[in-house]
Amino acid sequence: MNDAAHPQLSKAATGIDGLDAITEGGLPAGRPTLLCGAAGCGKTLFGVTFLVEGSLRFAEPGVLMTFEERPQDISDNVKSLGYNLSALIASKKLLIDHVKIERGENEESGEYDLEGLFVRLGHAIDKIGAKRVVLDTIENLFAGLSDSTILRSELRRLFTWLKEKNVTAIITGERGEGHLTRHGLEEYVSDCVILLDNRVQNQITTRLLRVVKYRGSTHGTNEYPFLIDHKGISVLPITSAGLRHQTSSEAVPTGIPGLDSMLGAGGYYKGSSILISGASGSGKTIFGSHFANATCERGERCLYFAFEESPGQIVRNVLSVGIDLQKHLDSGLLRFEAARPTLYGFEMHLARMNRDLDEFKPSTTIIDPISAFRGSESEVHSCLLRMVDILKTKGITAVMTRLTSEDEHIGGGDQGIPSLIDTWVSLGALEADGERNRGLYVLKSRGMNHSNQIREYQITKNGIQLLDVYRSVGGVLVGSARRHAQATQRKKREETGGKSLAGKSETNGKRKLASKAQASTKPQGRTR
Amino acid sequence: MTHNGSGPGPGAKKDYVLRLYVTGQTPRSVTAIDNMRRICAEHLAEHYTLEVIDIYQHPEACEEQQIVAAPTLIKELPHPLRRIIGDLSNTEKVLVGLDLRSRSDPTEVKRD
Repeated sequence: MNDAAHPQLSKAATGIDGLDAITEGGLPAGRPTLLCGAAGCGKTLFGVTFLVEGSLRFAEPGVLMTFEERPQDISDNVKSLGYNLSALIASKKLLIDHVKIERGENEESGEYDLEGLFVRLGHAIDKIGAKRVVLDTIENLFAGLSDSTILRSELRRLFTWLKEKNVTAIITGERGEGHLTRHGLEEYVSDCVILLDNRVQNQITTRLLRVVKYRGSTHGTNEYPFLIDHKGISVLPITSAGLRHQTSSEAVPTGIPGLDSMLGAGGYYKGSSILISGASGSGKTIFGSHFANATCERGERCLYFAFEESPGQIVRNVLSVGIDLQKHLDSGLLRFEAARPTLYGFEMHLARMNRDLDEFKPSTTIIDPISAFRGSESEVHSCLLRMVDILKTKGITAVMTRLTSEDEHIGGGDQGIPSLIDTWVSLGALEADGERNRGLYVLKSRGMNHSNQIREYQITKNGIQLLDVYRSVGGVLVGSARRHAQATQRKKREETGGKSLAGKSETNGKRKLASKAQASTKPQGRTR
Repeated sequence: MTHNGSGPGPGAKKDYVLRLYVTGQTPRSVTAIDNMRRICAEHLAEHYTLEVIDIYQHPEACEEQQIVAAPTLIKELPHPLRRIIGDLSNTEKVLVGLDLRSRSDPTEVKRD
């Protein structure tokens, strides 16, 4: 190997975006890469994706030599991903050769080599001018041929030969005890080694990918979650230095005029992450839907991740408060992606969301709710951090909802959500005078002035309505106390010609924040 | 490079159709061809057809015939199809592979 002769290692993109990001461009071009993992890790699919994407996107025809699955089975398996292998084969962009090795089928008499395999592969490569080769799984040869000494020396020769042929190759290998592969293929294929893993924790499987080594190139060294579903493989690259995102001072309306006016910028900052926390029934989904609706009304796209309710249910429910999401769904500006949190691990959700965001390219997104994800606190925290990181890198304004338990004090009990949120709107119940009223306040909003008042809001048939603030000695008046104050004020205005006694603006006077405790100890606070 | 038997001789029930896939004129190929000719002459009398195919000249044959190792001898007929890989220097194993000798008792000749 003369790495020094190549100032820049040339790479062959796999077409699997996340993987190309981790490997900074793809697999080493013209060299073999070892892809190892236990059964069911997706090795074959990785190989097929590499070939299909290669021929479709990079005009590099490929040869798949399969030692295990029948070509028809492979073709059927990837059909659901939209890969039409027979069309590729017909147009000479792909060639599949099935090497059948049956145990005990071969009688061995005297010395032999694997020249037949070389001739076969060479012929296939020349036939379509292949630039890519996948051998899946060559270790099956060990089952069919008994002389492992011959096999080993022949495999070593094969990998050197592949390099001479200047094809970018993926050689898959089954994970072995204490070794990367059962037959120690890593000894021969050492330019690039990628390890796939399936890890089960709390009955939830997470697929992970790790670049074990990559000669002559830097690469991401972490374990990266990846996903296999109907859209193929997506790897989630986790940017370690994720603080390079652009910051904007442009405001994005919240969809609720009253809330906009509480935020100094007149809305959330574009590209910021917003948390709306509250107990059940506090209207978190409606807050999110307002934001989604406002986005679509501006003609921008919004992606709504629903983790607890089905899209149909959300659309129906918010229609009852006057938000028509259906029309945005119909126009294609709004898209729902619904999944049960328990469907995969958090990592996989993250990978899926990353893929969906890249595909739909929304300007805003709703994640409803993030509290649906359970796990150890550090795990959830690190995942949230990465989620926020991903969203910021993409410049997407994100509203996340979070369920807090009933007895959690307004604004309290959120130690789990650290400093990664830019704007935090807390919804809570204000209990006073034997009533329960809804109140919200902006717990924080980075980089802007914001109201520190607790505002009462109502969920009406026209959506969320923030009510004017009425204060008394005991604090903010809510519910019947407020209505009483309003009536009194109206009466007074009628009498005196209308001098306002209670102001909306938070700038005047000394403010007192009401709390459950304060309000409930002042049962007589209804008089002015 | 085809050796044709001159029809069924006394005692012969089946004709053998054999193909030997080799890699050009490599020493191993030459050894295999020599060994096969000798075995055929000694054990199959005239009742066989042996075709020697150079996979360098006919690379497509590898995929068609599922060739991985070289040399490979394929017994096409009589059924079942059998493969013997190697330079055929172990005559016993070749005979077992050709069903001329059973695996359990190497002295028994099955053909009669």
